Amino acid sequence: MAETTTVPQPAQTTARRVKFIITRQDTPEGKSYTEEFDLPYRPGMNVISALMEIQRNPVNANGGSTAPVCWESNCLEEVCGACSMVINGKPRQACSALVDQLEQPIRVAPMSTFPVVRDLVIDRSRMFNALKKVKAWIPIDGTYDLGPGPRMPEKKRQWAYELSKCMTCGVCLQACPNVNDKTDFIGPAALSQVRLFNAHPTGEMNADDRLDMLMEGSDGIEGCGNSQNCVRACPKGIPLTTSIAELNKQTTKRMFKRWFVQ
Amino acid sequence: MKGYYARKVHSLLGLIPLSLFIIEHAITNYAAFDGGQEGFRNSVRTLNDLPLVFFLELFGIWLPLLFHGVYGLYIAYQAQPNVGHFSTERNWRYVLQRVTGVIAFIFIIWHVYTTRFQVTLGNVTHDELGTWMHDIVTNPGFFTFFLVGVIATTFHFSNGVWAFLVSWGITVGPRAQRISSYICMGLFVIVTALFMLSLFAFRGEEFASTASIVTSLKTLIG
Repeated sequence: MAETTTVPQPAQTTARRVKFIITRQDTPEGKSYTEEFDLPYRPGMNVISALMEIQRNPVNANGGSTAPVCWESNCLEEVCGACSMVINGKPRQACSALVDQLEQPIRVAPMSTFPVVRDLVIDRSRMFNALKKVKAWIPIDGTYDLGPGPRMPEKKRQWAYELSKCMTCGVCLQACPNVNDKTDFIGPAALSQVRLFNAHPTGEMNADDRLDMLMEGSDGIEGCGNSQNCVRACPKGIPLTTSIAELNKQTTKRMFKRWFVQ
Repeated sequence: MKGYYARKVHSLLGLIPLSLFIIEHAITNYAAFDGGQEGFRNSVRTLNDLPLVFFLELFGIWLPLLFHGVYGLYIAYQAQPNVGHFSTERNWRYVLQRVTGVIAFIFIIWHVYTTRFQVTLGNVTHDELGTWMHDIVTNPGFFTFFLVGVIATTFHFSNGVWAFLVSWGITVGPRAQRISSYICMGLFVIVTALFMLSLFAFRGEEFASTASIVTSLKTLIG
């Protein structure tokens, strides 16, 4: 408490150290291993600034020179989703993981649900492929001016806006016990985007196309096992389980409609 | 079968007929507690007097159970539990649903083999089933297996009803899902209580065996 409420003395800050245990991997196929780092504490530091410190002075806790740890980051304000990693067991953004609020030693690992490229860098292509599969967009292109679309009721816009906060960070897929090597489950993020685009007054003109994508193949909405980790892990507080249950309703209706009406 | 429809059939069979059968089974067994040997005999007779009872069993219990059980094992295999990092109630229930499902499947296979299948083989008649049960549940090992198996099955059933309501889009929001979980846990308590009362009733002296059944049971379970 004292450190956060009063201005720290220079002598204190140089004396304090922060210990990191980082899971590393040199190549995509290589074996992972852990390496410890002992870094000087700076007030307000987060996991990204700690990684920057390692980059500046790539020396591990044993004093040995090592390759700097690789990671990805962009916005540094928890809106781009690039710096997602597993910090003390929880998938989250490294930029908003403040060292003052973390238990030490701080364990940092890549989100291994995704293919690891190197160290903390992962390949989230499957998320973007999922968005393509479910057609997470609104087709408005034509050979002539289609004019303005229908208006969206304000109340609907308010909850739909919450869904639009998804930054494809991958935390929900990492938290989900049903997204793994043994399943093809598309994951909560893309499902919620289907609900978003099916709620849009223009987007709902293609609602059935998106629902069909969740009902074919082996990667559809049936992969959800109701552990509800996604909604607890989502850094943007998106009501993912409500989206999934709502889509369960939409796909169930669609199933009966396909059997009895079409 | 495509993933979506296979899972949907799995989910539907869990409710209709399997959940309905569990409730029926609990009520039938409760007659052992409520009406003793004679009450249990009567309720077994009532069931066996149903028209086309073999086909009711085949299409209402055995085939749905086989599909639900085998596909359920596949679902359990696909899970990668992570309660270590996410120790929420829902995540524990996710794990328990799979664990109790596997326990229930093993228990039910054993239970069908030691009761219904023995009727088919002619080792026991419907009227002797109460005594037959007495001899099984007075064995401490089998009784413990019964307690574990019954609780696993009733938990899987009641939590499965909760999941069914989510999977078919009936309970969508968090509040609906919370209230339905209270109702399902109430269901768990009631159905478990019915089964427990009957299990303890079967241990009573009233169901004590006649010599001939003891010997045939002993040859069966060694």
